[in-house]
Amino acid sequence: MAKVAVDVMLKPEILDPQGQAILRALPGLGFDQVTAVRQGKHFEVDIDAADAQAQVEKIAATLLANPVIEDFAVRFID
Amino acid sequence: MNDGMSEQPYAELGLKDDEYARICTILGRKPSDTELAMYSVMWSEHCSYKSSKVHLRQFGDKAPETDVLLVGMGENAGVVDVGDGLAVTFKVESHNHPSYVEPYQGAATGVGGIVRDILTMGARPIAVMDSLRFGEIDHPDSRRLVGGVVAGVGGYGNCLGLPNIGGEVVFDPSYAGNPLVNALCLGVMRHEQIQLARAEGVGNKVVLLGAKTGRDGIGGVSVLASATFDEESPSKRPSVQVGDPFTEKVVIECCLELFERGLVTGIQDLGGAGLSCATSETASHGGSGMLVDLDLVPLREPSMTPVEVITSESQERMLAIVRPGDVDDVLGVCTRWGVLATVIGEVTDTRRLQVRWHGEIVVDVPPASLADEGPVYDRPFARPADQDALQADTSAALARPKTGAELAETLLRLAGSPNLASRKWVTEQYDRYVLGGTVLAMPHDSGVVRLVDDSDRGVALSLDGNGRYARLDPYAGAQLALAEAYRNVSVSGARPLAVTNCLNFGSPEDPDVMWQFAEATRGLADGCRDLGVPVTGGNVSFYNQTGATAILPTPVVGVLGVLDDVNLRVPSGFVRAGDVVMLLGETYDEFDGSEWAWVTHGHLGGRPPLPRLPAERQLSNVLQTAADERLISCAHDLSDGGLGQTLVEAALVSGIGVSVTLDGDPFVALFSESAARAVVTCADADVDRLLEIVADHDVAVTRLGRTGGDAFVVTGEFALPLDTLRETHESTLPRHLS
Repeated sequence: MAKVAVDVMLKPEILDPQGQAILRALPGLGFDQVTAVRQGKHFEVDIDAADAQAQVEKIAATLLANPVIEDFAVRFID
Repeated sequence: MNDGMSEQPYAELGLKDDEYARICTILGRKPSDTELAMYSVMWSEHCSYKSSKVHLRQFGDKAPETDVLLVGMGENAGVVDVGDGLAVTFKVESHNHPSYVEPYQGAATGVGGIVRDILTMGARPIAVMDSLRFGEIDHPDSRRLVGGVVAGVGGYGNCLGLPNIGGEVVFDPSYAGNPLVNALCLGVMRHEQIQLARAEGVGNKVVLLGAKTGRDGIGGVSVLASATFDEESPSKRPSVQVGDPFTEKVVIECCLELFERGLVTGIQDLGGAGLSCATSETASHGGSGMLVDLDLVPLREPSMTPVEVITSESQERMLAIVRPGDVDDVLGVCTRWGVLATVIGEVTDTRRLQVRWHGEIVVDVPPASLADEGPVYDRPFARPADQDALQADTSAALARPKTGAELAETLLRLAGSPNLASRKWVTEQYDRYVLGGTVLAMPHDSGVVRLVDDSDRGVALSLDGNGRYARLDPYAGAQLALAEAYRNVSVSGARPLAVTNCLNFGSPEDPDVMWQFAEATRGLADGCRDLGVPVTGGNVSFYNQTGATAILPTPVVGVLGVLDDVNLRVPSGFVRAGDVVMLLGETYDEFDGSEWAWVTHGHLGGRPPLPRLPAERQLSNVLQTAADERLISCAHDLSDGGLGQTLVEAALVSGIGVSVTLDGDPFVALFSESAARAVVTCADADVDRLLEIVADHDVAVTRLGRTGGDAFVVTGEFALPLDTLRETHESTLPRHLS
């Protein structure tokens, strides 16, 4: 059994309104040295397969991420 | 300037040899990289209308006499006088290609773009509508596309707080690889608030306000929207623009305050071609020059090149021209709304558009050469070789239902077919009543909104198209789209005033497609003249095709009408049992291109129903008079699916049944798609007066029966319970799409 993490982030050139909203809110809470925030998604997938890495990459590309506007990274955890 | 020695990549930017040569002639030298990029986007089909211009002129040349048009074609949107010192502006625009690449964001930014067009005229946006077309409902890609587009339209509009008051959703195999997403916005203003996109007054400052500029949609107009979409080359895809409706909302409020306080002398939105378009158009229309310093443009990514900055299609940005003494006030207003605003240049008397980057002039061109004096093509067109065969293949030989059971089965099948089934699954995802001004929205024939809080004046809007009719005869097809929108506005009791259009076609380089376009524009211009409603503006979208196969030619037409008192509007559903049901207009045996031929036989051939424009005008007059005198309780137009579908829809809105008796061939009576017809209902006491009005206007009338009961009954033929009809009518879209 493998635990595989998938991190999905908007591509760098794509506008991230949520990250910007967080950035705008931070000075009001006293954090006035933050210059950029990007928001993404983190998934943990438990999978029992020999080709876990390949399968999860396929899952990420077809369901978890929208490859038109997002990049993703797959890595094993524990 | 760049060295100008090496071969420039103009072909990759979408420019032809002769276009590149012309740029060199205009400038007297080779263009810089930045100039070349600007010409490539501004001379793209999307921005320059180079293939359509010679045909679109007819909308002006044939325009009917009117005194309601305050601003005509050529501005961001036309402005129509609706009385009481109020004016409305409305326009429909396509966002087809971006919506195929990324359905949610493509559709969302389509809404955002048209809303900014309306804002640019000085108006407060008050409603949106959309006309959507997809491949077959059971196509493997339909769920992704329909779901994404509908969510995008809803997401952006709902976040902005704008009601979505209608539109259409159509399924046809020709749109499978190229969906159509046409978005319309309506805005309202007082006459004196009209703004124009002009940069005038030497020394006035150029202020960029709204979102920061990033690498969104670089070259979107030249690559994506102006050439055949080729799935094989993902590298061609510019990065997708992502919309931020919350930014747009504050940009709207901020701009409206700037207009209100008279702080801007000119305003332009940034849409396709970004800064290239906004700077060159305002300078060209103002007959001035402009000097812009790109180093001052706030960037999301500091490493952007001048080419990227000037062609970026980042959303939610506006360009304002401001007197120097007002700059502080403008920046103050923007700060208060939390809108980023930056002086990036000034108006000059050079009649040149100059752009500076890192202290160096990288652009120095006549602004009109970008904005207004681009190439114009009178492209060759020819009636397609298969057109005669297509028209000869009529529906006459198709087997028709004969018995009552067969008629009932046909009615049911049509009511549940993808193009006639209930649109509830779609419209429920849209906020239809936000702002509190909505009087009628889907499923009624037109959307009706009150314009301002302290008046009962309202407008009615409808957006219609029929690609199958246009395929069979583009001239008639465009007129039928116009007639349907005109009729939909009329049944609500409104007086039709003005027209907008979105012309969706394949590649203009294909003479067959160009013929369709030429015929459709000629038909629409003639139709507008005959109906007395001028075209106020619109949009052309070419290159809608997959490989060599073009979409059905699809002119989508929006008609706007005015209701002096929205309390007099007429709904499209039955309102009470016992009303007399009457058919206005004449029915002919017209089945070519019909829903019946398509749904039951998969047949498309022959000639579409005859457009009967004089009859449409008379019908409209009857409907307006009857509404004014409060004679009719319900009015519903006849279009796709014919009388049967109209009665099904009117009955299901309220759950009140109907019983009718049909003279002649019941199949023709129920399913013919003859134009210029509507069903009305009225109380017994009002029948005589209604018949007088009908006679005065020389409109044919047939008494069909009465409302009531819980079934759709055709005497001597069939009785279908409303529950059965509702189940069939309302389950189709959810079954396939959710």
